[in-house]
Amino acid sequence: MNIEQQYIDLYDQQKAVICKHSAEAMNLLRPDAFSHFKTLGFPTKKLEKYKYTDVSKAFEPNYGLNLNQLQFPVNPYEVFKCDVPNMSTALHFVVNDAFYTQSPTKAGLPEGVLFGSLKEMAKTHADIVKKYYGKLADTSKDGVTAFNTTFAEDGVLFYVPKNVIVEKPIQLVNILRSDVDLIANRRILIVMEDGSQARLLICDHTMDKVKFLATQVIEVFVGKNSVFDLYELEETDVNSVRISNLYLRQEADSNVLLNGMTLHNGSTRNMTQVTFAGEGAELNAYGMAIADKEERVDNNIFVDHAVPRCTSNQLFKYVLDDKSVGAFAGLVLVRPDAQHTNSKQTNRNLCNTSDAHMYTQPQLEIYADDVKCYHGATVGQLDDDALFYMRSRGISQTEARLLLMFAFVNDVIDTIRLDALKDRLHMLVEKRFRGNLGQCDNCSFCK
Amino acid sequence: MKQEKNYNQYVKGFTHEKYKYGFTTDVDSDIIDRGLSEDVVRLISRKKEEPDWLLDFRLQAYRHWLTLKMPVWAHLRIPKIDYQAISYYANPLKKKNGPKSLDEVDPELIKTFNKLGIPLEEQMSLGGVAVDAVMDSVSVKTTFKESLMEKGIIFCSISEAVREHPDLVKKYLGSVVGYRDNFFAALNSAVFSDGSFVYIPKGVRCPMELSTYFRINAQNTGQFERTLIIADDDAYVSYLEGCTAPMRDENQLHAAIVEIIVHDRAEVKYSTVQNWYPGNAEGKGGVYNFVTKRGHCLGESSKLSWTQVETGSAITWKYPSCILSGDNSTAEFYSVALTNNYQQADTGTKMIHLGKNTHSTIVSKGISAGKSENSYRGLVRVSKNAVNARNYSQCDSLLLGDKCGAHTFPYMDIHNDTAVVEHEATTSKISEEQILYCNQRGIKTEDAVGLIVNGYAKDVLNKLPMEFAVEAQKLLSVSLEGSIG
Repeated sequence: MNIEQQYIDLYDQQKAVICKHSAEAMNLLRPDAFSHFKTLGFPTKKLEKYKYTDVSKAFEPNYGLNLNQLQFPVNPYEVFKCDVPNMSTALHFVVNDAFYTQSPTKAGLPEGVLFGSLKEMAKTHADIVKKYYGKLADTSKDGVTAFNTTFAEDGVLFYVPKNVIVEKPIQLVNILRSDVDLIANRRILIVMEDGSQARLLICDHTMDKVKFLATQVIEVFVGKNSVFDLYELEETDVNSVRISNLYLRQEADSNVLLNGMTLHNGSTRNMTQVTFAGEGAELNAYGMAIADKEERVDNNIFVDHAVPRCTSNQLFKYVLDDKSVGAFAGLVLVRPDAQHTNSKQTNRNLCNTSDAHMYTQPQLEIYADDVKCYHGATVGQLDDDALFYMRSRGISQTEARLLLMFAFVNDVIDTIRLDALKDRLHMLVEKRFRGNLGQCDNCSFCK
Repeated sequence: MKQEKNYNQYVKGFTHEKYKYGFTTDVDSDIIDRGLSEDVVRLISRKKEEPDWLLDFRLQAYRHWLTLKMPVWAHLRIPKIDYQAISYYANPLKKKNGPKSLDEVDPELIKTFNKLGIPLEEQMSLGGVAVDAVMDSVSVKTTFKESLMEKGIIFCSISEAVREHPDLVKKYLGSVVGYRDNFFAALNSAVFSDGSFVYIPKGVRCPMELSTYFRINAQNTGQFERTLIIADDDAYVSYLEGCTAPMRDENQLHAAIVEIIVHDRAEVKYSTVQNWYPGNAEGKGGVYNFVTKRGHCLGESSKLSWTQVETGSAITWKYPSCILSGDNSTAEFYSVALTNNYQQADTGTKMIHLGKNTHSTIVSKGISAGKSENSYRGLVRVSKNAVNARNYSQCDSLLLGDKCGAHTFPYMDIHNDTAVVEHEATTSKISEEQILYCNQRGIKTEDAVGLIVNGYAKDVLNKLPMEFAVEAQKLLSVSLEGSIG
């Protein structure tokens, strides 16, 4: 029996249950997504895009799916207080794939801004969800997106109306909590209407030592003149697998910052697909991964310069220790007539052991002549001269290495446009390098 | 604005540049019927009077080829190729005893070379270059063979080598590019017609540049050369390969294999100027060039250098590669690829670091004009045991015109913590400031573009041996500079 079959059977048997626990706007896409999933199956290493991560393997173990949306006994507020200190955020939780509705509503969102359960919103604001849901995430192109669309029952909707500025950053914490091996299919839909501004921080955590597989599809629509920052921070357990597909569409003169940081994980595969739909848009995509043991981090980013005068900057940095594996594949496509494109793509990697593997693939595909495109990639070690310099000034070998590694990833942390989060990450990264996973001092979960 | 208009007009001018070397020579060819089957493979082998082991090699390759599908991963649009519509063997009619001097060579052939600007006799007396001229499939003339023989150097056609030095051929043939390597390698291994064989014995420094001119001549005959170069311990050789092809309407298939083996402390320098017929301005016709070139730096401190100037062919699919298994071995790859009109090129290199302290350098310059597509595709792999491997790659693309494409697909697989690998790439067009600067100093726009392009490719052209550097510069000019060259 092939790996897909158990899921195909499951859907055939449980169709009604899945639809019952979801909403109409989401159910509408299920039949098509399911047929695409049946044709595509899970991506294997034979696909160029999935060359470095065998996604189909990840689905092989016998996971449970919480199709009935059973409530797990957990109060995220009790066990989890990894709030970013000094940063006044509106904090929300998603437990496995369900939005945690019992959270005390924190006031402070401007009028018209929606943040909450996708399933519920699909009922109360069906017009918005119907208009945007599944419009970017093409199920006919990607097996994981098709799978997610078939099985996702809930998730998050974040909607910012025209010309509204959300001052307060919003923090969304994804918690994986289960007593048995579990697949969670999350769905996040973000709509920024013209002229709006917002910042969102998404953190991934696992609470149990069982095997988790989280598939996530994020769709982001950013309207004209909008500014949007999305930070993703992953601190999960070694047994967890994360497969995330992010689809972003930027209208004219919009400005988006994406920053994906993997501090601790099992196996992570992040795919980002960006389309510029209007002139003058700017994208800054950053990524950082610190991996050791047998962790895997695979970032795949595709930027489609479909219109003229857009700017994209990419910077990805990896620090690999032990037997970890890092992969980066980035493709910048400049379509015919997308003149005055300005694109920069950089990938820098540190390999600290002979068992660590790094694959990098920075690619350019250019069909317009009046463009400025640059890409670069390096793989190397810490500078011996710099180490020697510090050692000769009485800094221990370990400390000197740490300082250099810290400086190395600091380029990515410095791009964060939230000072409190930046400080917090400095602390987390330093702790990470010192061998502790991102533990915080006051949280019962980390203890 | 006027400046830009002139410049655009000029760029347009390139597009109408006609292929300078388009002509055919009437030489009687011994061509076998079109199509490919086991019988054809046997027939080729029989015609070439080959030993059984080589026939077995061909048949194994053919049987393996049958199981393969044409690969589609390259960034190329390849029209369907009917492998049964190609004749796999053409042999300019053999004189019974073979030519002993220049007078005995077919005068038509000599004329062809003269038109190409490679007067054989002149090269013999002045150039000091030994030419093993491959006209279609069978080597018709080898010069300076005797003087090379004195030093123990073997430079002959591969069919001759099979007869005269079977042990060497048997030992090395297929050792770098096996017949299972890829679709075209399997095809070539099954039907390869002829090519050059070079063996440089221990401690010998080849006193002259070795050179072969390939030329596809008879209509609808794919040419399947096989080149084998072996440099024994402490040897040195510089090998040149240059190609021009006559004008054809139908696409011609060319699937060659080049294998190079470099032993301890030996050095091989392999330079190519490829200028096959690229098709007309509407993209009709032109040669399909699907080549597998690979060198193996087997010995310690061995060195292999690839230099290529690619201006011709409708479709180029070529990745001269190096396997660096000897400790302290070095590999280089310098490439200029120019595409115009509807040409497509997907070219680059593979550097496989296996030994300790191995170094590789990649410098690739792509120039796209017209409606062409030019891709760099490269792999740098540092294996677990390749301690202190070092690679530097630089890939630049220059776009002339807004209808062409320039792409870069580098792959880096690093499995060792002591490796230092760098890759950099830029894409740009000739800036109006540069043109204006030249114009102000009385240099015409036309000349200025030529000047800038030649300057852009200089890093690579400088690596070519003298004989080729001139031809390569001319080629860039012919391909780009409407009236000049």
